[in-house]
Amino acid sequence: MSIDETIKEQIEGNDVLLYMKGTPDFPQCGFSAQTAQILKQFGIEFAYVNILEDQDLRERLKEVANWPTYPQLYIDGELVGGCDIVMEMYQSGELKEMLEKAVGKA
Amino acid sequence: MSESERVRLIRERLEEALAPQELAIRDESHLHVGHEGARDGRGHFHVTIRAEAFRGVNPIARHRMVFDAMGELMNTDIHALRIDAAPPSGDDS
Repeated sequence: MSIDETIKEQIEGNDVLLYMKGTPDFPQCGFSAQTAQILKQFGIEFAYVNILEDQDLRERLKEVANWPTYPQLYIDGELVGGCDIVMEMYQSGELKEMLEKAVGKA
Repeated sequence: MSESERVRLIRERLEEALAPQELAIRDESHLHVGHEGARDGRGHFHVTIRAEAFRGVNPIARHRMVFDAMGELMNTDIHALRIDAAPPSGDDS
């Protein structure tokens, strides 16, 4: 499978997907940690990819997503944003709404 | 490249691309010394920007506008960029 196919499958195959540095339990970056922590608070299942383990995917996804940094949160196959946007949407209640919609229809 | 030089470059790019009414750039690299992301020598920055260009634009597009203005700096000088982008006067619409 090509990198692009892998990325497509990951994004389309998961309702909630976090590309991050490290894992939710052992994050390797403060911004990834914060984003994973927010998702954990909702008590939902979410998929994650540790981009530190795949250098090719790490570089390619920046281009495919047109987004130069990590973490990157995808809900329902769409890029929601990085740590700042996720935090903003968490505080406004928008994130809860999006997650309920995404997980509810799974 | 010195830290203040990077802030100056970021400021120039943002002023040129987005004509902000308010712009504050903070170098937060010192907060990340020794962590994985600091090892390649690129910096961590926080940008607060108020520009008419953000009016009616959703958060993800606002961030992309800032990233686009940064261009190659994202690869050469910036490791992480925290962005607070909105239209002027606190109006978030």
